[in-house]
Amino acid sequence: MSTFGHRIAHNGGLLGAIALFVVMFTIYTSNHPVGLTAAVAATAANKAVLLALVAMAQTLPVLTRGLDLSVGMVFILANCLASAIVVGTIGEGFLGIVAVLGVGALAGLLNGAIVVWGRLQPIITTLATGAIYYGTALFIRPGPGGDVQSDIADFATGQLFGVFPTSLAILLAVVVFVWLPYRNSVLGRAAYAVGSNEQAAYMSGVPVQRAKLLAYTLAGLLAALGGLMLTFNTYSGEASSPIAGNYTLNSIAAVVIGGTSLFGGWGSAIGSIFGAFVLRTIEDLLFVFNLDPLWQPLFQGIVLLAAVSLGAVRILRIRNRLELFA
Amino acid sequence: MPDALPILEMKHVSKRYGGIAALNEVDFVAYPGEIHAILGENGAGKSTLIKIAAGVTDPSEGELYVEGKRVDFRNPTEAMAAGVVCVFQELSLLPDLTVADNLSIVAPPMRAGLIDAGAQRERARRLLAEIGCDDIHPLELVRNLPLSRRQMVEIAKALAKRPKLLILDEATSALTAADVERVYTIIRRLRSEGVSILYVSHRMHEIAALADCATVFRNGRRIETFRIGERSMSAIVQMMIGREMTHHYPDKPPANPGAPVALSARNLSWGQQLRDISLDVRKGEIVGLGGLDGQGQRSLLFALFGVLKGVSGSVDVLGKPLRLSGPRSAMRAQLPIALIPEDRKTEGLMLPMNIRDNISLASLSKFQKGLRFDRNSEHTAVEKIIKGLNIKITELAAAVSTLSGGNQQKVVLAKWLMTHPGIILLNDPTRGIDVGTKQEVYRLLRDLADSGVAVLFYSTDYAELIGCCDRVLVMYDGRVTRELAGLELNERNIIETALNVNDKEQAA
Repeated sequence: MSTFGHRIAHNGGLLGAIALFVVMFTIYTSNHPVGLTAAVAATAANKAVLLALVAMAQTLPVLTRGLDLSVGMVFILANCLASAIVVGTIGEGFLGIVAVLGVGALAGLLNGAIVVWGRLQPIITTLATGAIYYGTALFIRPGPGGDVQSDIADFATGQLFGVFPTSLAILLAVVVFVWLPYRNSVLGRAAYAVGSNEQAAYMSGVPVQRAKLLAYTLAGLLAALGGLMLTFNTYSGEASSPIAGNYTLNSIAAVVIGGTSLFGGWGSAIGSIFGAFVLRTIEDLLFVFNLDPLWQPLFQGIVLLAAVSLGAVRILRIRNRLELFA
Repeated sequence: MPDALPILEMKHVSKRYGGIAALNEVDFVAYPGEIHAILGENGAGKSTLIKIAAGVTDPSEGELYVEGKRVDFRNPTEAMAAGVVCVFQELSLLPDLTVADNLSIVAPPMRAGLIDAGAQRERARRLLAEIGCDDIHPLELVRNLPLSRRQMVEIAKALAKRPKLLILDEATSALTAADVERVYTIIRRLRSEGVSILYVSHRMHEIAALADCATVFRNGRRIETFRIGERSMSAIVQMMIGREMTHHYPDKPPANPGAPVALSARNLSWGQQLRDISLDVRKGEIVGLGGLDGQGQRSLLFALFGVLKGVSGSVDVLGKPLRLSGPRSAMRAQLPIALIPEDRKTEGLMLPMNIRDNISLASLSKFQKGLRFDRNSEHTAVEKIIKGLNIKITELAAAVSTLSGGNQQKVVLAKWLMTHPGIILLNDPTRGIDVGTKQEVYRLLRDLADSGVAVLFYSTDYAELIGCCDRVLVMYDGRVTRELAGLELNERNIIETALNVNDKEQAA
């Protein structure tokens, strides 16, 4: 196979998610009453970027064969915190943003530290810490309210040069300045190695512990960035348990649709972004076809099931029945 | 080159697992520019030795010196930093990463703080060319490569670290003939460059062709180190066997060729691992499976128990064809089949569950009376079998993980005996259990055979095969190469067949 052929094969899941999104989004815009205007695009982007960021966050622990059930709670914690401290002048607002991102990274680091040194399973660790983060959010913001620095918020949810949604540009910046360098760093590579086969990684001298710590820390950071964007959209904070839970579960769904293996070692955060876009577009499609929003969970479920079934094709090739359970 | 400074020196190194010494007061020296073969039976201590040298395990006692300097490796990374690199049998490659990624997994070429993918691909291309594997594309995923190619990538990965001491553990066992020649050439080149090579292999003709000297291990001790050519092949085999066997085995009854054939397999094949295997096991007979580890014995037992998919050939029970679609179909054969697995912790027991539930797990349907589950008769049956097998327990409700290894293995046996099997397949059932329990297992197998059960018994312990079995089928490379019975059934014959020492005559 040629170099190009290999590149296509390595990114099959990602390309599939992109294709699915393009099809769905084309159907959406061609049936939209006003078509694809800058405003329509910005509204769609503002909603989609939130889940895309949380899904990116989820991707990192999943690549190490872990799972982070606390991403939605960090997202909400960041939202509540931002509604309290990203206020005042623009300068004070930026200080607040740095603080919120720092808290998110710290929350992720705590997850990673417990997984690495406490040797607890990621799923139960993050279930517990997620409750703590949510509890903290509730403490900061017992009822919905708060405020946010409106200049920053308006900029972040508006359009660049009047056409391009700023939120999408922020997402792009995260891909270019966080994900791609991470993917091509020693520790990013190590994350794939750990998820692929932790024992072999250890035997090869891969820094297993640091790779996991960084994956969870970055997950916390990205989830907090999502929470910030939510605040810019709503101009307030709300410690909503259903929203936190929804984002966590949808982030896992987006990761799977984006072609990342829940067994670790395989996939990409860019795939998860398109996975998130696909999930969000389902909602918009229901809107343009005047269907009851009640249908949304059902359709999301069908898309997810179809995506997972594609991943299950490997079972047909298994020749030792014990491997089915490995 | 005994005058040179040794690359690796081990002084009085011991390794104990529990009470058992895997390596006992071993002194070992490896010189630069020398190919040093490590010989010994299964469990002689070879793998423990190389694991200690490569920093995978710590020695319980003793000291290691690399180029005269005392070292204390805490992990493989430190050993690699000191120049000790090992190509392990269990591959250390990452299946989901590309060949290029794998070859530069630890210290990839960097540019501006990031991995330079282009330079890395170039490096991979160069390393692959060095070992004559230009046909492997650097961007191919390791999991898409066949086993023999993966092994070559593994070797390339080791060479990339520019080792001073290169350990090859059965590195050629998975290779094609052409690749074996390439590896020989590389090894000889490394020798001329002053690298020290430890070469673990069971292929005696390889060692005769390649090695400068050899060390024989037996029961965790170093027996002798000698130059190749100083000792005859048969003297080396004698060294590996050592002294008389120490166990007592139950008497074997005279052969009964008139007994009905319980289990009959014809032309079983499965990928590279099973090649055209035919065998018969009669009622009342214990048939052993011998040979080196990993020659297809496990796959054969799995195939007979219905675990493998896509096996060609046929399996008959009492002359009737059996369609194997999984363990449940094997358990429902006219003579029910039971498989005592090798790894009791993963395939045999539910460790956190209690003893009673573990024992009755495979025969629960026997206690289901209509809608009611008969707890009382379950309890009675479990108590009876615990007594029968002399399993030492404090109470039935204790978790099975609280038992000793030997008693855990008896629980696995009890579980399968509860199903009243007519055919029992055993996968190395005495590995890691104490001598007393071993004796009881031997007695039990013979008693079962006397009551008409057919037993197929794989063991890595040759003495055990000789002591217990009426016949032994020796496997090599997925085939049954020889059947040994009566006076022919001795350790020398098993080892010679297992090592395929006279493979040229057999191929002819």
